[in-house]
Amino acid sequence: MSPFDTLRIAVRALLRNKLRSFLTTLGIIIGVFAVISMVAVGEGAKAQVEKTFASMGSNIIVVLPGTSSRGGAMGGFGSMPTLTWDDLAAIRSEVPTVRSAVAMLSAMAQVQSDEDNWTTRVQGTSPEFLDVRSWKVEAGVFFTQSDVDVGAKVAVLGRTVVDKLYGESADPIGQSVRIKGVPFQIVGVLERKGQSAMGQDNDDTVVVPQSTFQSKIQGGLQKYIPGMIMVSAVDADATKRAQTQMANLLRDRHHIEPGMDDDFSIRNLAEMASAVEAGTAAITSLLASIAAVSLIVGGIGIMNIMLVSVTERTREIGLRMAVGAKPRHILLQFLFESLALSTAGGIVGIAAGVVTASKLGDAFGWTITIRPETVVLAVGFSGLVGVVFGIFPARKASKLQPIAALRYE
Amino acid sequence: MHDAPLVRLEQVTKIYRMGDVEVGALRGVDFTLERGEFVAVMGASGSGKSTLMQIVGCLDGPTSGRYWLEGRDVSSLGANALAEVRNTTLGFVFQSFNLLARTSAVENVELPMLYAGVGARERRRRALEALDQVGLSSRAHHHPNQLSGGQQQRVAIARAIVGRPRVILADEPTGNLDSQSSVEIMQLFQTLGANGMTVMLVTHEPDIAQFAARVVVMRDGLIKTDTRQTPKAAHAEAAS
Repeated sequence: MSPFDTLRIAVRALLRNKLRSFLTTLGIIIGVFAVISMVAVGEGAKAQVEKTFASMGSNIIVVLPGTSSRGGAMGGFGSMPTLTWDDLAAIRSEVPTVRSAVAMLSAMAQVQSDEDNWTTRVQGTSPEFLDVRSWKVEAGVFFTQSDVDVGAKVAVLGRTVVDKLYGESADPIGQSVRIKGVPFQIVGVLERKGQSAMGQDNDDTVVVPQSTFQSKIQGGLQKYIPGMIMVSAVDADATKRAQTQMANLLRDRHHIEPGMDDDFSIRNLAEMASAVEAGTAAITSLLASIAAVSLIVGGIGIMNIMLVSVTERTREIGLRMAVGAKPRHILLQFLFESLALSTAGGIVGIAAGVVTASKLGDAFGWTITIRPETVVLAVGFSGLVGVVFGIFPARKASKLQPIAALRYE
Repeated sequence: MHDAPLVRLEQVTKIYRMGDVEVGALRGVDFTLERGEFVAVMGASGSGKSTLMQIVGCLDGPTSGRYWLEGRDVSSLGANALAEVRNTTLGFVFQSFNLLARTSAVENVELPMLYAGVGARERRRRALEALDQVGLSSRAHHHPNQLSGGQQQRVAIARAIVGRPRVILADEPTGNLDSQSSVEIMQLFQTLGANGMTVMLVTHEPDIAQFAARVVVMRDGLIKTDTRQTPKAAHAEAAS
């Protein structure tokens, strides 16, 4: 007896009870649907996290100044300036794995146009800023090294600041902005970058040359960097080495004895990114396993119906055996029935899952990719469910004695 | 091998366990069936006639004793081998027809060939041929619920003969039929017998047994009488 004949018999038997077959399959449909859509959404979230971190710049390491300790109360990192301009120069020249390093001076300050005012984060930096942050100017230019050298009063505005001070889609290039009352000329506007991974608005900022920041905005303690150092390593693999090398360099420069705590802190964005990604992945697998449980429940539904079906069709089984069906034929017939149920459910579930996932993707503004492995896995798993939960009823059917089955009322 | 009788039972017993009680359905039966015979097995219910048929039909094995079918000892074959014997050597007709519901007559007839591995086209051709033999070619695509009892039993007979078996085993084939249909079915068996088919029929109705050439009467698990007679012609009866 060919497998095709067996399949045909199985499908016909299922079509004889269309409603029952559909309801039985529903468990698998829902299970597969849940797995597909949950995994797709999880993958989408992961891709979104990756995108967010990529937008923050590649291979970024942040060096924060150390803690202050006053009367036993430890301030957090950054509460006291410990990093000097010489430290920055040393990092640039002495650490080979560092591609670029830039001081990120920052302070909250009020900025004013002729009509409006706004309080934003003013950053003092050098032209390497664009490279380190993987950022571009949208209009105008970024300030140059000579602006930094002479302490020019020029500013590059983030999109949010432009919107607040000059109105949506305005072009403020060449106009004047007052920062802490000091007039600066606007030379450029940064491309819109959106939220950071921490939920801050990247575009709510004004960037000025670091020398100008020091003289006009910072005030006092000129030797220290009022902010942090952002370093980008030559490539992702070098990030860890760059961290170690910088830590050794800074400990040496700050004369920290072995066993003493660092007076600075080095953080790696890649580590943060992978931590967030691991979190997303954990949630994805949690959702997927909940969905997988519903597949198993669906499988139990199939087993239940197959057992009913075997009992109902005992006489049919007896007759088939009387005319020459071997136990194997009966086993395969019922196995094919449960397999057909679960696989059909799997296929419908995938279709429903794909549609839902892409709709969800549209709603969240994510790119939803359904990977072929997921589809293959879902079909395979639903088939497996059909076999696992079909084998018991099928074996029960194949072990019937012909006369007992024929006599069954 | 051709010298051996078609069916030979030697001291066959069959004991059923019902809870703690053992019931001897057959208690040492010797029985032979030659090619081309038309035998009716009679007896009250509980006499062992159905058990005898099940053992001859390889649906059940004997508790003790030997059974040779076409000279081959089949008393200790496994489930697969017995299925094959039933498929190729035996044809069954049951009291309750046992047709598959919502399945056309011709597909019901094809069933044994499905398990014999006959190709689809050949299956259809032979099934239609068998339906023609039982006079139902015009109803080939009707479902059982569209057929009368007599017609359903004819479909079942077509299914029994389609695999060209050595012997047809009919268990109370007229039990669910009116007397007119019963005679028609017996006429069909007689025609098959005339064409060389061996028929073994179980019945408790003497009216039906008179169409057979040999009558075996059973009582309490043993064969009580085994007589040959001139069978009554069913077509004469059907005509009257």
